[in-house]
Amino acid sequence: MAFGDQYSRWRVDRSRVPAACGLSGVISEDGAMIGGDVIIESMKVIHDRGNGLGGGFAGYGIYPRYRDHYALHIMFEDPGGRAACEELLEADLQVQESEEIPTRPGPGIEDAPELRRYFAVPRPEKLAALAIGPDDFMVQLVMRINTTVPGTFVFSSGKNMGVFKAVGFAEDVGEFYRLPDYSGYCWIGHGRFPTNTPGWWGGAHPFNILDWAVVHNGEISSYGINKRYLEMFGYECTLLTDTEVMAYLFDMLVRKHGLPLEVACRVLAAPFWKDIDIEDDPASRALDEALRVVYSSALVNGPFAVIVGFSRGMVGLNDRIKLRPLVAAVKDDLLYISSEESAIRQICPRPDRVWAPNAGQPVIGELKGDV
Amino acid sequence: MPRAATNDRTELKSITLDAGGVYYKDLNSQVRGLIDEGYEEIVLQGVNGQRYIGDGLTQKVKIIIEGVPGNDLGAFMDGPTVIVNDNAQDGVGNTMNSGKIVVKGHAGDVLGYGMRGGRVFVLGDVGYRIGIHMKSFKDQVPVIVAGGRAGDFFGEYMAGGVLVLLGLELGDSPLVGSYVGTGMHGGAIFLRGEVCDHQLGSEVRVYPLEEEDRCQLEGLLAEFAEDTGADLSGVSLDDFVKLQPFSHRPYGNMYCY
Repeated sequence: MAFGDQYSRWRVDRSRVPAACGLSGVISEDGAMIGGDVIIESMKVIHDRGNGLGGGFAGYGIYPRYRDHYALHIMFEDPGGRAACEELLEADLQVQESEEIPTRPGPGIEDAPELRRYFAVPRPEKLAALAIGPDDFMVQLVMRINTTVPGTFVFSSGKNMGVFKAVGFAEDVGEFYRLPDYSGYCWIGHGRFPTNTPGWWGGAHPFNILDWAVVHNGEISSYGINKRYLEMFGYECTLLTDTEVMAYLFDMLVRKHGLPLEVACRVLAAPFWKDIDIEDDPASRALDEALRVVYSSALVNGPFAVIVGFSRGMVGLNDRIKLRPLVAAVKDDLLYISSEESAIRQICPRPDRVWAPNAGQPVIGELKGDV
Repeated sequence: MPRAATNDRTELKSITLDAGGVYYKDLNSQVRGLIDEGYEEIVLQGVNGQRYIGDGLTQKVKIIIEGVPGNDLGAFMDGPTVIVNDNAQDGVGNTMNSGKIVVKGHAGDVLGYGMRGGRVFVLGDVGYRIGIHMKSFKDQVPVIVAGGRAGDFFGEYMAGGVLVLLGLELGDSPLVGSYVGTGMHGGAIFLRGEVCDHQLGSEVRVYPLEEEDRCQLEGLLAEFAEDTGADLSGVSLDDFVKLQPFSHRPYGNMYCY
């Protein structure tokens, strides 16, 4: 299918303007619950980094009742999409519950597509027939829906987590999705200032696959290389925005290839050859050389600051020469990461420590126990 | 609108505003209004993330900020003194022409971009791209002094002015990142500590301090200590190196074929 047909509604007249997205994230490593109002409050401070053409959040630990089910959040932009999509879901999944995503329509959010969520698990006979695990099965299903069902996009597919995104300013998007009604141990938020790609609902951040959710400030100039590389592993980029590759790269490197998170970050923000050459530790040098050779097509080039959520934690990462801002802070068991210190200080006035992470060096917060 | 209270504690005509939750445009226009009314000192309490404070002001007023000011603090500023009793974000002193900014915590990236006069003193660390494209003209000599460490591209494309990095309480962290002085063709960088060749841009070299440099540094350090409250008792002028470009026209032949 030509992209033009599927996305025609969102391609009209979204004016181009200069850039700067806003990011914020918080995690309680003890797994304490944080209300959705907290991340909205943080995003309000960096309102002006966005321009109202995209806002969104991901919350972790928000669906404890269905913690073992995949929570599929799906937008139906095409009226015929829902029936076709639900036919696919019914064939492949045992759907425990299907409902509208609760929203509170208000100022600043217009033209909402139909938004539904499904709590489901793959049918065992389907898994047996394909001889694959449930995660792989769900990735394939998401790719199939996003590429074949007209105007229909799965924008969240993890367990006990959910992505909420729209065209609008972040704080309006948060109120639209009634985030203050949810609580979770980790939240990430994004205010978008689209520069190179359309400001449409599917193009708002976070970008997600399974439990990975990515919010991003910058532009990934290696998008074409990364996209073609991911296609070889069954990932299809359908959302017209560079950040999409980042979610799939984390899923592939960490879940599929089993790389530790820190090593995956070294693939994405690989050290320069000149710096590898002067590394003292031969083992570290050999690892960096191997990563650059094996994963040259997974290197993410161009300016970026990202916050990535996953079921066990949250990571902040910059490009190799820090072309986008990123600040981190800790207070007791809480880790905060944001584009601006003020967004952290709004929800944590007196952190134990505030610092600016170095280029290419991940800042990682992880749950200490089970949630 | 913010609460305004006239202060009696200084000889300056002084006023305090509560900036908590005030949108940056409203805050900055109120500051301008107070300056027009003749206030010489403005204390902003509860600041958090408001951009553009002090931008483009030409009067010799004093602005004291409690809280974290937003990006581009003191951009195009030409005269005022701004004291931040907390941390600052990115773009402090962007293209500043004269006056002084004192940050008593740390500051973010791109501080002093294209700065052409005045002083920026930061007690703690500074981020990436500090003092890039700084320039000087006759007695207009911009100065940045940071008490902590700095990231990559310190003094990149610097054409004039003075950068000083003190590395107080460094711990295991390096004093400065890579690409120091890349493309530099004027001015001077003073680093308290060693720097490796691979950290330097190919246009700069390390030189020992001359008598004139020591005099200049001594004066700057005294001023820095007084403004920021830094304890410089363990700092010796013998620990500094000077980085300078060895050519004033590093790209003179680049476009000649």
